[in-house]
Amino acid sequence: MTEIPESLLRRSAEAKAKALGLPVEQVLAEMKGEAPPIPPPSDEPEPEPVEAMEEAAETSEEIEEAVESVEGEPAPVEEVAAEEVPAGPAAEAPEIEPAPEADVPVAPPTEAPVIESSQEALDPPASAEPTAPDGGGSADTEPAAAEAEPAAAAVATAVEEKPAPEGNGAGNGKVAAMVSPRPTVPPKGTPEGVRTQRLLTVVKARAIQTVKAEPTDKVNTWPHLMLMEFGALLAITGLLVIMSVVIHSPLLDPANFNATPNPSKAPWYFLGLQELLSYFDPQIAGVTVPTITGIIGFMMVPYVDKNPSTRPSDRKFAIALYSVFLAGAATLTIFGVLFRGLGFNFSYPWKDGVYFDDLKDWVHFE
Amino acid sequence: MANGNGKTGLRDRIKETNDKLWGSQFAESILRPGSPFKKGYSDSPRNRSYVVMNNVLYHLHPVKVKRHGVKLSYTLCLGGLSFFLFILLTITGIFLMFYYTPSAETAYADIEALSTNVAFGSLVRNMHRWGAHLMVLSVFLHMSRVFYHGAYKPPREFNWVVGVILLFLTLLLSFSGYLLPWDQLALWAVTVGTNMAGFVPVVGNQVKFALLAGVEVSASTLLRFYVLHVLALPFILVIFLAVHFWRVRKDGGISGPL
Ligand code: HEM
Repeated sequence: MTEIPESLLRRSAEAKAKALGLPVEQVLAEMKGEAPPIPPPSDEPEPEPVEAMEEAAETSEEIEEAVESVEGEPAPVEEVAAEEVPAGPAAEAPEIEPAPEADVPVAPPTEAPVIESSQEALDPPASAEPTAPDGGGSADTEPAAAEAEPAAAAVATAVEEKPAPEGNGAGNGKVAAMVSPRPTVPPKGTPEGVRTQRLLTVVKARAIQTVKAEPTDKVNTWPHLMLMEFGALLAITGLLVIMSVVIHSPLLDPANFNATPNPSKAPWYFLGLQELLSYFDPQIAGVTVPTITGIIGFMMVPYVDKNPSTRPSDRKFAIALYSVFLAGAATLTIFGVLFRGLGFNFSYPWKDGVYFDDLKDWVHFE
Repeated sequence: MANGNGKTGLRDRIKETNDKLWGSQFAESILRPGSPFKKGYSDSPRNRSYVVMNNVLYHLHPVKVKRHGVKLSYTLCLGGLSFFLFILLTITGIFLMFYYTPSAETAYADIEALSTNVAFGSLVRNMHRWGAHLMVLSVFLHMSRVFYHGAYKPPREFNWVVGVILLFLTLLLSFSGYLLPWDQLALWAVTVGTNMAGFVPVVGNQVKFALLAGVEVSASTLLRFYVLHVLALPFILVIFLAVHFWRVRKDGGISGPL
């Protein structure tokens, strides 16, 4: 096992000793492996694994995200307890304890559940739920907290207090301890108001999953992105309402199978195709162009364009090609809308009128 | 609290009631910690994180986004607008469904009655119709902006494919709705449109037959388009939307600045 700083071990031992009512030196010796382990009190339940987080972090990006969000504000944790946890019976309410010295609660790298626990610790709200009063994560690295008022109960989660340097959630070379969940029933002989904790394991700080993502310039989704979205939502709703007040939807004569209108036009987004159909053999216009270019061709774009750069100056050809497509589609559509009259023949909108029934009640030149 | 005259002012009373309401157990139970609507919310970096992380929003948005992605000039919010339009279309569409029967005998009269007899009927119909056109346009423009940014490049290739499916579904949704008023415009535009489907080699005629529920537009086509329009296609679209949004996040958020 790794070298653990004496001071850290000692503080753990002190807390444990206090809880169990044993001499500190004895506990310390046991922790160092110099003495036989103290048999746990019989009524102490098996420590459960720290409650798994709602959303297990899969990507380093998300971990970074969580780290950032906690890092943002090293507020005293008591404040959290007072603010966020609904008051309930002290015995059942989970707890938040101050962990001013804690780095990140640490876990062996290979064990998935424990990695989750470190993620959990980074994500205070996730564990702020009073869902599992007994199994609830009580990863606390500050044994001195045992003196805290038990009534100020809140979820026990080691919140990262000091902003850690980005990219290294664990701090440099320090060692952190993971402490088992607090048993619901305190062991016999525990003075009132004292919480017991057991040192589960001590891991090298390096051993925890390191954050690989490059730090990027980020802003909070709330309020920055969400206000933008809200603005966009209002704008589009406003536009749509105004449009709908001003322009009326067409309703022509009832459908009549025996009266083909002249001209018969497809909806505008298919008018470009219809336009092509009037030039080419249907096999070409109706098949090759739309299905090949349209659907399959478009789907293949990312697999055909192997150029890794996204800089416009590096992708002149791709940009030119797409621009030609855009211009072509726009021209054909506008042509189909405005310049096709009786018999789908060429006509001038200003001379022969506009044959576009979608906007019939709005623009009507005939 | 009392004002100068020793009476409780209206403003204070409103504030009191408000506090009582928002501080009630019921309100507390609805709003998770960090909600900006929660009593005593304060603007702090941590609460800003909680607003997203602690809410259903977390399904859509990460806690933080790249700064350049928030700039209006980058995405022009076109993907978002497409989605908002889809939501508006769903809402107005539900309204229309109350007044519309998909049968050749009644469809036309229903639309006519909707525009004249129903409160806001005309407005809602117009919103549904123009919203659909706008959505086709905004999805198309969204695709163009993604192309010009090269935002389909690895690791986002598959999301582009999902996008093409979304475009296709959007067009189909719009097209299937086109028939529903059952007027001359609807009938013949759909006739022209489905004729084009018939030109597809090998499967063309089968596709056309399946779409029309026959060899040409008929009363059964109306029912078929109706079911596609109000149920089948929106259902499929929502599934692909979910994949699309999920991938935007998992592929690392909005693509990098140029
Ligand atoms: C119903 C239609 C669609 C909706 C609602 C939608 C929605 C969105 C949203 C909200 C975003 C986030 C970024 C932004 O707003 O630009 C996005 C990104 C993206 N969309 Fe769409 N989209 C749709 C159709 C399409 C289509 C037709 C394509 C391409 C063929 C596409 C490809 C992409 C790609 C590749 C991204 C990632 C862009 C980036 O990271 O910069 N989407 N989509």
